[in-house]
Amino acid sequence: MKAAVIVFPGSNCDRDLKVALTQSMGEQPAMVWHRDTTLPEVDLIAVPGGFSYGDYLRSGAMAAHSPIMKEVVRFAQRGVAVLGICNGFQVLTEAGLLPGMLMRNHNLRFVCKDVFLRVDQNDTVFSSGYTDGQIIRIPVAHHDGNYFIDSDGHAQLEEERRIAFRYCDETGAISDNANPNGSLSNIAGVLDPSRRILGMMPHPERLSDPMLGGNDGRAMFDSLISSIS
Amino acid sequence: MNVQSNVTPELAAEHGLTPDEFARAVEILGRKPNITELGIFSVMWSEHCSYKSSKKWLRTLPTEAPWVICGPGENAGVIDIGRGLAAIFKMESHNHPSYIEPYQGAATGVGGILRDVFTMGARPIANLNALRFGSPDHPKTRHLVSGVVAGIGGYGNCIGVPTVGGECTFHSSYDGNILVNAMTVGIASTDRIFYAEAAGVGNPVIYVGSKTGRDGIHGATMASAEFDDQSDKKRPTVQVGDPFTEKLLLEACLELMATDTIVAIQDMGAAGLTSSSFEMASRGGMGIDLDLDEVPMRETGMSAYDLMLSESQERMLIVLKAGREDDARAIFEKWELDFAVIGRLTKSGRMVLKMGGEVVADLPVAPLAEAAPEYDRPHRQTPARPEILASDIVPKKSIKDALLTLIATPDLCSKRWIWEQYDHMVMADTVARPGGDAAVMRIHDSNRALAITTDCTPRYVAADPVEGGKQAVAECWRNLTATGARPLAITDCLNFGSPEREDVMGQFVGAISGIGEAARSLDFPIVSGNVSFYNETNGKAVQPTPAIGGVGLIDDLDHTAHVGLDKPDLAVIAIGATTGHLGASIYLREISGSEDGAPPRVDLVAERRNGDFVQTQISSGTVKICHDVSDGGIAVALAEMVMAGGKGITLSVSDTADHGWWFGEDQGRYILAVDQSAGQKLISDSREANVPAQQIGVSGGEVLELGREGAISITSLREAAERWLATYMDA
Repeated sequence: MKAAVIVFPGSNCDRDLKVALTQSMGEQPAMVWHRDTTLPEVDLIAVPGGFSYGDYLRSGAMAAHSPIMKEVVRFAQRGVAVLGICNGFQVLTEAGLLPGMLMRNHNLRFVCKDVFLRVDQNDTVFSSGYTDGQIIRIPVAHHDGNYFIDSDGHAQLEEERRIAFRYCDETGAISDNANPNGSLSNIAGVLDPSRRILGMMPHPERLSDPMLGGNDGRAMFDSLISSIS
Repeated sequence: MNVQSNVTPELAAEHGLTPDEFARAVEILGRKPNITELGIFSVMWSEHCSYKSSKKWLRTLPTEAPWVICGPGENAGVIDIGRGLAAIFKMESHNHPSYIEPYQGAATGVGGILRDVFTMGARPIANLNALRFGSPDHPKTRHLVSGVVAGIGGYGNCIGVPTVGGECTFHSSYDGNILVNAMTVGIASTDRIFYAEAAGVGNPVIYVGSKTGRDGIHGATMASAEFDDQSDKKRPTVQVGDPFTEKLLLEACLELMATDTIVAIQDMGAAGLTSSSFEMASRGGMGIDLDLDEVPMRETGMSAYDLMLSESQERMLIVLKAGREDDARAIFEKWELDFAVIGRLTKSGRMVLKMGGEVVADLPVAPLAEAAPEYDRPHRQTPARPEILASDIVPKKSIKDALLTLIATPDLCSKRWIWEQYDHMVMADTVARPGGDAAVMRIHDSNRALAITTDCTPRYVAADPVEGGKQAVAECWRNLTATGARPLAITDCLNFGSPEREDVMGQFVGAISGIGEAARSLDFPIVSGNVSFYNETNGKAVQPTPAIGGVGLIDDLDHTAHVGLDKPDLAVIAIGATTGHLGASIYLREISGSEDGAPPRVDLVAERRNGDFVQTQISSGTVKICHDVSDGGIAVALAEMVMAGGKGITLSVSDTADHGWWFGEDQGRYILAVDQSAGQKLISDSREANVPAQQIGVSGGEVLELGREGAISITSLREAAERWLATYMDA
């Protein structure tokens, strides 16, 4: 499998994603600069966390109009898998590759902590390494992670089984207490209709190494390798 | 140049120059300075930049060790951590700006200390901050906590450097003058460390980063005067931070540093273009010509005075090798930052500034630097306080109730509300997250790590500056040791009131003497630091707060310790002698309502012996769980271990254990938890090492069982510890 990580000038999880991908792939992803207009031939494009262009406007709004994103959209339309994490998720919604939007957290504060997620869809290239309904622990770190979509859009996501992960508690219960940012229906990650584009606020790359306190993120990168290559 | 000057002694006084200092300036120039020159004198000779009241005492501190690559005097301290790598670190205050405008004040404090570290060639890997707020009852406190925390997070989260530790306490002495001390640690190759010493006549002087505006003019002077009721009017002198630009500047500088083009580099921090250009020239014994028309400007109509004194953020000054300008320019264009050649190095020994075709300032570099004032200010020793024995204190609460009270106090409660607003995991090398004894940060792509902490117990320093200074260093050393690290070096951030008052100066002199003594005994040299005087409002000084930031090295991440008691059936062992010292303790303050008494003595020989023993037990792989004993004594230490790890303890302590035993703050102590068989061996080894060690309990269960004092469930402990700060901030 070949992968590319998009690097905006304010990306700050690009290296973390590169480390996690390299660990699973056995080779390094291509790091692609935001001003580039072409992508190498790859099977996966990863859009990392950070603050793309500072995000002083709406998170990801400017990045969605960057030169490289035209190419990302073109590759996505061809069926190349795209993974957006945190700021990457925001960029993918702003670019129209995923529905809904990420608003400021309900308590208006940045939040960085481990959360529990319920794997609601394990029949995707991103999640085949998890069991259906598995409870995993990985961190969030964001100011704008409050997922919102209108009720028709929400109904469609549910109907088409496109909510990949939901915030839950240790036992898997979906509750307000387990929701770190106020997201509608505890939505932590969504898929596009082709199920080959995933956006998620939590950071699987940050807990893909037992030394850092957990390894539940690793299965996502391993899933990608086994499903794509 | 036009030597006409309408600068008067009154104007000089408004710039913070004393009549003597103004006379000296006139003597050096051989004429009266013009307004731009006056501005330059005023910032270069400000307390903040010149250390005029502290220099005499700072010189007494130990700054050397075989592993020290660069001690104080540069942008940050540099130590060798082996395998071709260096750790570069410093702590700095941003107190006054943070009180006036908490979000931007704290944010730019973080930005400034980050630049001090990456200007030397290091990639920052961790931010910490030591925060002191006023009484929770003070009407401004909630607003200040909220703004400072958001500002620190807003900057660090965006630039992508994890904020992993520090301290946060409250005391009414900080009501009108909070302390915001920020520390950054970075890692560089030992063969790629960059200094701020100009060299090479004709080499170009380059300005990079953000454009210059009028923000922060006279910030260094503001930091060198006490506050009064009018201080809110100083808001325009607080700078505004742009962490995204800092991220660009960081990446561009590191990219430039990988080429062979830089002669010298310094960030524009306090006193901006003045101090960066002047200090680089001064260190290298060079002259410097600057053409101020070339400085990238954000506003129109800026004068030479404005440009030289602006503290606009996210700017750097670089001396390049002549002829390499285009290579460097390409890098800054890639990162979309301003890049301007604004001058050249000369052999004149003078700083000559031109604007609009005219010379607007012409100052001799060495005489100005050498004539910087130095004062031996009168100082009065802090009167000794009485020893207070546990038997002098009638307990107002049972041990159990006192413990539940203490862990819910503002100083000891969980600071989760704060550190969850900081991205403490970005860069994916955070091994020990906030809340432990020290942050443990893996050295990227290796199995080694740095342990990092900041410490100070201001109530001890107030009670006895010498012992308090010793204790701040010792506690820092102990917190690093408790992770299994070998403590290597420290940075100090010395926050005091006005040095013009004898009692405050006495506190400073005492604290320096204690810090120096401890640093010498523990082989823990001071490699960088910052002095912040004038932390007082309307004549009321803050508690003396010499914050100590320490860095230690963990050679093997498989042999390190954490605070959480997460296994049953372990022997719980106390290391160090417990006499039950309650003077100046948190128990005395919070339970008995008294801030009296002498602080605990720091026996540096025992400290070292106990700590070396503990460090050996951890680095050999025997001990995996360890916590130092500090505020609130053994009881609080045990509660913290139980809360962090989720396993209880059944204690087997003597029936004679009183409030002194449970809450006394004797120094040089640790709690370890280890397999029972290994525990037996550890205790017998301790006898040979002359280290006091005693098994006090066994881990397991869901409660902290305090012998005859009853039991507290882990759930109740956590509820008590987590309650206060979140409730207070949401009120």
